[in-house]
Amino acid sequence: MAEYLIQTVGLPEWLAWSLMAGLSAVLILNLMAGGALVFIWAERKVSARIQDRLGPTRTGGSFGWLQSLADGIKLLAKEDLMPAGADGMLFRVAPYVSFCASFAAFIGLPFAFDMVGLRLNVGVFYVVAVLGLEVFGVILAGYASASKWSLFGAMREAAQVVSYEVPLGMCIVVPVMLAGTMDLVTIGEKQAGWFTNWYVFHDPFTFVIFWVYVTCAVASVNRAPFDLAEAESELVAGFHTEYSGLRWSFFFMAEYSSMFLVSGLAAVLFLGGWNGPIPVASLLGLSDGTGDTTGVLVRLVGLGNLLGKATLGVLIMMWIRWTLPRLRIDQVMTTCLKYCTPIAAVMFAGAMTWLWVFPGGVLDIDTGSRRPGEIREGWLDGPGGRGAAAVSTPSSVPNNAAVAEVAE
Amino acid sequence: MIGTLFGVSSLLAATSGGINWHSFFFLLFALLACGLAVAVVLADNVVRMAFYLVLSLGATAGLFFLAGAEFVGAMQLMIYVGGTLVLLIFGVMLTAQEPFVAIKTPARDKVLAGIVGGGLLAVLLQAAFTGPAWSEAPADMAERTLGQVTQPSATPLGMALVGVRVDGDVASGERSPADGNVRSGYLLPFEIVSVHLLVVLVGAAYLARTKRRKAVAIARDESTTGGVR
Repeated sequence: MAEYLIQTVGLPEWLAWSLMAGLSAVLILNLMAGGALVFIWAERKVSARIQDRLGPTRTGGSFGWLQSLADGIKLLAKEDLMPAGADGMLFRVAPYVSFCASFAAFIGLPFAFDMVGLRLNVGVFYVVAVLGLEVFGVILAGYASASKWSLFGAMREAAQVVSYEVPLGMCIVVPVMLAGTMDLVTIGEKQAGWFTNWYVFHDPFTFVIFWVYVTCAVASVNRAPFDLAEAESELVAGFHTEYSGLRWSFFFMAEYSSMFLVSGLAAVLFLGGWNGPIPVASLLGLSDGTGDTTGVLVRLVGLGNLLGKATLGVLIMMWIRWTLPRLRIDQVMTTCLKYCTPIAAVMFAGAMTWLWVFPGGVLDIDTGSRRPGEIREGWLDGPGGRGAAAVSTPSSVPNNAAVAEVAE
Repeated sequence: MIGTLFGVSSLLAATSGGINWHSFFFLLFALLACGLAVAVVLADNVVRMAFYLVLSLGATAGLFFLAGAEFVGAMQLMIYVGGTLVLLIFGVMLTAQEPFVAIKTPARDKVLAGIVGGGLLAVLLQAAFTGPAWSEAPADMAERTLGQVTQPSATPLGMALVGVRVDGDVASGERSPADGNVRSGYLLPFEIVSVHLLVVLVGAAYLARTKRRKAVAIARDESTTGGVR
């Protein structure tokens, strides 16, 4: 985008870069805050429809569009309470820790080709690592509240998230292995073309492991049926029992944006990222790798694709939440350790074997992807190698792995 | 600390041509890491100490990211900040009883710790200042502006862990010119470490389970005797 501004609009370089940096930050922040508003409204409507109710109908018209906004104003006006025995500093800071972890994870998530806050070559790893920090805010909140309900909620949360990181990591390794890189932009780019190129349809094993990923993702963001940390029937409200007003809503923003994030990650890793099911753009002869206006437009369509897929993921999570009953803590652990982990391990081995038996895919379609062993990186060929050129001007390698280069 | 000094000098040197953002962020993260590390030592409450430690390690991860070592930075976040500290807090919260939650250090211990810490700092400072002058920028630094960096990635490391070296040198015979791969990756050490960790896990599970089985057996004995009576 910055290149586009420099080349087409004619802005000076420093202004274009800082404008884009500010724009990305503001966009991500608004995606989190605005997304939370929309998703909370959607949650109410979805839950109401599933339970044969109407949900909000009055605020802002017959669909209750403004219900979340009204709630937001109510939360702003609420008194900011703190229990007498609480550890004041930790109690105040805990919601921000959760929120910042969620926010920081979005930096590594690409929304379209090259439309990413910071293109990291270990993007997947970074997102998972930062997302894991969210639990830290929850634990702090539970401890600092000086309440038994909160502490129990925090304990459950910690046990659950630490356990579910194992199968989640195994699920994430499979697309990384197929793509031969941890760069999320490259992973998304390798699934370009028809929807058969998506990693979820790569082989039977990836199809199964996608559903394991869905289970683990739901568990790792504390959604029902894994929302033991806040189980309202037993723990009042779990870790956020003592919170009110804006601090409470920070936890909710963090939760909804984490849901969006794991859905976006699922879209990039398994569901083709910003590539639509039918490659309309490339059928029309357009490419998102060019820096001109068409390229930007194609990227914006890609952005719509990814946001659509991620929103669909969030809606599915809501559907699950209002359909399945909450598990007990031992059932949560059983699901993780006795089902998810072994299935993920077997599927991982299976996907690896599949890649070894059918290195070029079953039908031998030229998908533009390469075997991991064939990847040579530009920076290895010396400073200023082809990798450097590819990173600075994506137009030189449209529809190709920009970082990964084939030797000779 | 040393990093902070160098950061200041380069920041001041660069002010003539706009702010040197790299130095600015280096300074910021370095100050955060050092300041929060001091806060860990000075805090009384165990959980607060853990919190400051998380922030300090997070700032260190920021330094790694700033240096372009993204893999190490993400590792730092994953292992230290994410894993170890969750476990640490777990341990603290489960074990800390009321008298131990707040730790009041006696003045005598503070003096002792000051001497030991100061000595270590002096050794580190001496080592850092006698090393080669790494504070000077490399000759090609001007070309390495943001966005055009020839980005090293973690892929060769990953490939080496599964036994394929893509970064070997053909001329020195590390990499055969025929297929471009060398035989000597890190597969064996990697597997040894994996098996070692697996053994540790199995051992931990065994220890945890034997204790419970004994308790169950005792309970069963009591229940059977109760039934007889």
